[in-house]
Amino acid sequence: MFENIELSPNEYFDKVEELKKDGFEMMVDLTAIDWFRKKEPRFEIVVNFLSVSKNKRVCLVVKVNDDLNVPSITSLYPSANFYEREVFDMFGINFEDHPDLTRILMPDDWNGHPLRKDYGSGRIPVQFKNAPKVE
Amino acid sequence: MEENKESLKDVDFWATNSEEGGWNISSTDEGSQKMLDQEDDINTKIQMGSEVVDDYFIEEDVSDDERMILNMGPQHPSTHGVLRLQVELEGEVVRRVQPVIGYLHTGMEKTGEELNYFQGPTNTTRMDYLSPFFNELVFSLATEKLLGIEVPERASTIRILMTELNRVSSHLVALATGGMDIGALSMMIFGFRERELILDFFEKTTGLRMNHNFIRPGGVAADLPDNWQKDVEQILKIIPEKLKDYDEMLLDNPIWQGRLKNVGILTTEECFAYGITGPSLRASGYAWDLRKMQPYSGIDKYEFDVPVLKEGDVFARWRIKVLEIFESLKIVEQVMGDMPKGPFKIQDKKITPPPRKRLDESMEALIHHFKIYTEGFKVPPGQVYTTVESPRGELGCFIVSDGSPKPYRMHVRGPSFCNLQALPVVMSDSPIADAVAAIASLDPVLGDVDR
Repeated sequence: MFENIELSPNEYFDKVEELKKDGFEMMVDLTAIDWFRKKEPRFEIVVNFLSVSKNKRVCLVVKVNDDLNVPSITSLYPSANFYEREVFDMFGINFEDHPDLTRILMPDDWNGHPLRKDYGSGRIPVQFKNAPKVE
Repeated sequence: MEENKESLKDVDFWATNSEEGGWNISSTDEGSQKMLDQEDDINTKIQMGSEVVDDYFIEEDVSDDERMILNMGPQHPSTHGVLRLQVELEGEVVRRVQPVIGYLHTGMEKTGEELNYFQGPTNTTRMDYLSPFFNELVFSLATEKLLGIEVPERASTIRILMTELNRVSSHLVALATGGMDIGALSMMIFGFRERELILDFFEKTTGLRMNHNFIRPGGVAADLPDNWQKDVEQILKIIPEKLKDYDEMLLDNPIWQGRLKNVGILTTEECFAYGITGPSLRASGYAWDLRKMQPYSGIDKYEFDVPVLKEGDVFARWRIKVLEIFESLKIVEQVMGDMPKGPFKIQDKKITPPPRKRLDESMEALIHHFKIYTEGFKVPPGQVYTTVESPRGELGCFIVSDGSPKPYRMHVRGPSFCNLQALPVVMSDSPIADAVAAIASLDPVLGDVDR
């Protein structure tokens, strides 16, 4: 019921087209993983497809090249629109031919991509009264 | 004075007895309603509400002056939270819609990478705050799949009981707020009143009304309270009665039908294209329910139907929620009948913390307790994507583990986030007055959208 297929970005679009012809009606989820200093290449995109007629799921894992360009599948599955924007926002991966690739969750003028592993989670320095100064 | 009395002679009716301060009402035709000669049968039916006409289709040429962009939200009661819509209007017709989200973004996926699996449900339960149990369940199921464990039967049955009651409470909020958006204000009060019954039971069981952190990897946090059957029986008795009241008020109501029928139509193909699942897909004529097709927690052993409607309009999406409440109550009734006995947590010392009492007696228990609460338990490396049928559609959890006690990557596929993409389809080319009905019918929860 569940299978993983690993791909390169060049094969990605054709494979998705093939899946659409095979009766995978829905693209349910698209997200990315940052393997910072753990694996090469650094980014992977994970796309989940669902066939409601065959009751089957397929998961594509796309190894992203160093130029961080991946073809957009919005033309095949319009539901990918928000997900690709989210991945662009959170990981800084560029989806080619996306109709409106802008930040979706973070403000437009935000610097950095929060879900990358080298992006520290925010800490607000707390000022304690009469605390001794740390040199 | 004399003159005044004189002038009143030809007045035929006095409104008060006193002469001073009284005013006269002469008979007049003004305001009276008369059937016009040309009014035929169909027009009369439309006026009476038994016929609904799709009369919003406006195709007149309008000048560019009438094109304007309107910002709806983010602080607007009918956008169900902090959803902002940029609506392009042409006269009164919506032509284009751009949802702007992110006002409630709190970085929960990033936080999820910093909490261990034991703390994970605390985080996920705050995503979709109207159906917290489903979020906990999907995270727990993903973790258990990575660990390769099966929870005891009683634990999974309690999970079914809580999630199905949660589906009822979530749908009741959808009915309530949907009614309020359209102007049925009593529906608002009714829906929240009945939801209170269920929330009281949740509070008794978990200690909290929302954000329970009750379903955890390995089972549930606590057993059901004593005499829980009584509370559930009360819910099972009262809610169907009240649902009948709602139907009496709304189902044949001409205003309700006129506002909802043939508004915001979503076809099955559009649902597939935009990845819409859950009640909205079933309201547009495709029977797809993960509880039947890819069952979880042993829900397939209970008998229930999946209601399907063909119309795909706002009315169908409202109606299907009412029907689904009945089906969920059916499951709850069956769960009540045979609640298995036994432990409510998995009896694995590495995953379940020992009971408090054991800490004074056993050194080993103390070590396990310390290990679980400081470090957490380690999960074998792997990737997993699990799904449950939440009240809004397919809720998925994608976890990547690298063998440490914290998820390397935790992603939640929120149904509201995906369903929101259909908003431009649902809203465009219909009057602005129908926009709120369309938003309400998709029932987005912004906590789930922004995460």
